[in-house]
Amino acid sequence: MKASLFVTCIVDQFYPKIGESTFGILNRLGIEVDFPKGQACCGQPMFNSGYWNDSKPLAKKFLQDFSDSEYIVLPSGSCAAMVSKFYAEILKDEDAALREWEQISPRIFELSDFIFNVLKIDDLNQFVTPNSPSGVLKIAYHQACHALRELNILNQPLTLLGSLSNVELVNFDQEDVCCGFGGTFSVKFPEISGAMLSDKIHALRNSKAEILTSVDSSCLMHIRGGIEKAGDKIKVMHFAEILHDRLG
Amino acid sequence: MKPVTEKFRDIALDTLNDSKIQANLNALYEGFHSRRIAAGSATHNWEDLREHGRSIREHTVENLDFYIEILEQAVVANGGNFYLASDADEAANYVVELAKSKNVKTVIKSKSMLSEEMSLNSKLEQNNVEPIETDLGEYIIQLADETPFHIIAPAMHKDRSDVADLFSEKLGAAKSSDVNELAGVARSQLREKFFQADMGVTGANFVVAETGTVALVSNEGNGRMCTSMPKIHVAVTGMEKIVPTMNELSTLLRLLIRSATGQWISSYVTTINGPRSSYDEDGPEEFHLVLVDNGRSKLLSDPELREALLCVRCGACMNACPVYRKVGGHSYGWVYPGPIGAIVSPVLTDLKQAKDLPFASSLCGACHEACPVKINIPRMLLHLRRKLSEGDNDLDTQSSSVFERGFMKGFSKIAGNPLLMGFSVKFLRVILLPFSKNGRLKKLPGYLSGWTEYRTFPIPAKVSFRRLWKLKNR
Repeated sequence: MKASLFVTCIVDQFYPKIGESTFGILNRLGIEVDFPKGQACCGQPMFNSGYWNDSKPLAKKFLQDFSDSEYIVLPSGSCAAMVSKFYAEILKDEDAALREWEQISPRIFELSDFIFNVLKIDDLNQFVTPNSPSGVLKIAYHQACHALRELNILNQPLTLLGSLSNVELVNFDQEDVCCGFGGTFSVKFPEISGAMLSDKIHALRNSKAEILTSVDSSCLMHIRGGIEKAGDKIKVMHFAEILHDRLG
Repeated sequence: MKPVTEKFRDIALDTLNDSKIQANLNALYEGFHSRRIAAGSATHNWEDLREHGRSIREHTVENLDFYIEILEQAVVANGGNFYLASDADEAANYVVELAKSKNVKTVIKSKSMLSEEMSLNSKLEQNNVEPIETDLGEYIIQLADETPFHIIAPAMHKDRSDVADLFSEKLGAAKSSDVNELAGVARSQLREKFFQADMGVTGANFVVAETGTVALVSNEGNGRMCTSMPKIHVAVTGMEKIVPTMNELSTLLRLLIRSATGQWISSYVTTINGPRSSYDEDGPEEFHLVLVDNGRSKLLSDPELREALLCVRCGACMNACPVYRKVGGHSYGWVYPGPIGAIVSPVLTDLKQAKDLPFASSLCGACHEACPVKINIPRMLLHLRRKLSEGDNDLDTQSSSVFERGFMKGFSKIAGNPLLMGFSVKFLRVILLPFSKNGRLKKLPGYLSGWTEYRTFPIPAKVSFRRLWKLKNR
């Protein structure tokens, strides 16, 4: 099976390690991974700010870059929602592009969704190598909003993380509540967004979590930024990084 | 009600700094929000019920002209009066003129958000008619001279000590911390007014087209008092609140009540078919139904925003909204707060003035998930953002700055070209590196300074993934 990696611009430029981990895991699971070179930003920042005309060329570029891909896998719930759902709104008046998108969109998957629903893997212990770390990590999962509500992604990462014997999932208060990022929302309304973030960090502080993870690098960038500013000790790792680390 | 939607940011900041209101807002999650989820889970086929409710609302809104006609015929056949008001002023004038012509001195009101649109209380007062709110929350708000904070819990921002102070100041009541005693104070005041009033004004949660029935949901019984004690009953409601027949009413009441308070059914569900008939023992001699457009036609004519008319005003979206739970109801600056308010208020009032509302959302989708009729609020917020950022052919709405437009255009060009993107980010890294520590910035300038009040910001990685891939596969 082949899959094309759409690494997303944040991972490409800020968190290349998440991209490497994603590649590593897919490889471990027997997938032949390629990286279409032309890939760029999905256009989400412009779309969410109301600049649909500026996001349209990026949508068309995505279709061009990934038209031949058997599967397209992303380490990000919100970018996955953008390309597999919201492109329908942007391309509404573009018949040819819309038809092309309709062909491609069923092949787009966020990483945990791909492993769980396409590869049909629900137990990762079989892939753990002898040199994987044996100590158990207490991990809290942040329910990234777009993954959760646009793509129904919750059970997938929880099942996969929970299947690892060196992971213990822990709960915290108001797990289903947004961290306050929302892209430009956090820039336009930093105080409101900051108050939401404070609640999230407070809940994590009161949990047993050593590490916070999620399937969206933007939420994680936001929460990590808040944790660092507040001087908390909880570590933040992307779902792909956790799998990569725990499988050894 | 005069919109103050342009003050969103100011009122939001005040609310964020008010620890008492924050505590009350915080309680919504474990309160209304969790109780709604519990009621939904306990309802057999809840998801099917939502789908069914949605299809009823869609059908009615799409055939609104037809149902308004049927409704009018039914109301008139029942001996009532029907009036279709094109805007809030027309509706208010109708009620005020009616009160004047009947020599009405006192009007008792049960909860009606539409009467807030009409500024009905102040217009009655200007004409020497005394309006009295009889819903406890609304009564508190009226005494405090404020506007509702939440559509089903208008005084939720006040705690019992606020209410005790208010009752003591305005009514001379002894201060008490006992909720029942406080309710007793209001009850004894209101009881007198129920007997005095010559006119009752209510909203309508729904109106049934086939039978001309007004349906009211309440937990205090005041709705029933307002519709049965005075000689005249006037119901005012938005023209989208129609349901075709009694069968659909039962479905929608189930959805409304369970989504609003998490109750199986409210303490009172009142249905009124018009004035007292010869075989009725009580009830008003006169009945008027005032159906109000007030900008709803604008929603109806916009295919992207029409969905907002499906709203049954349960408040579930605001209880679910993490932004509402921070900024509260007054920040939204008009009658309807929260996620649905961020759609309805800009369109029914002035989009440019309310330009902050559609942007004051993280688009987390909790509202869409909570809505009993599955209104996709985030999608409509995005459409309003588009109208504001790019402008709209029909409306003069563009409010974005030249700087922002230029930035987005530039960003789009750069982000679409991997080479240019790589180069720009490299450049950015070189600039930011001297200001960073361990790859983090603790302070950003200007427009971005608010961000770093609460968070650090990462500087771009030394080597991008793209570069790593290229090196590995060389």
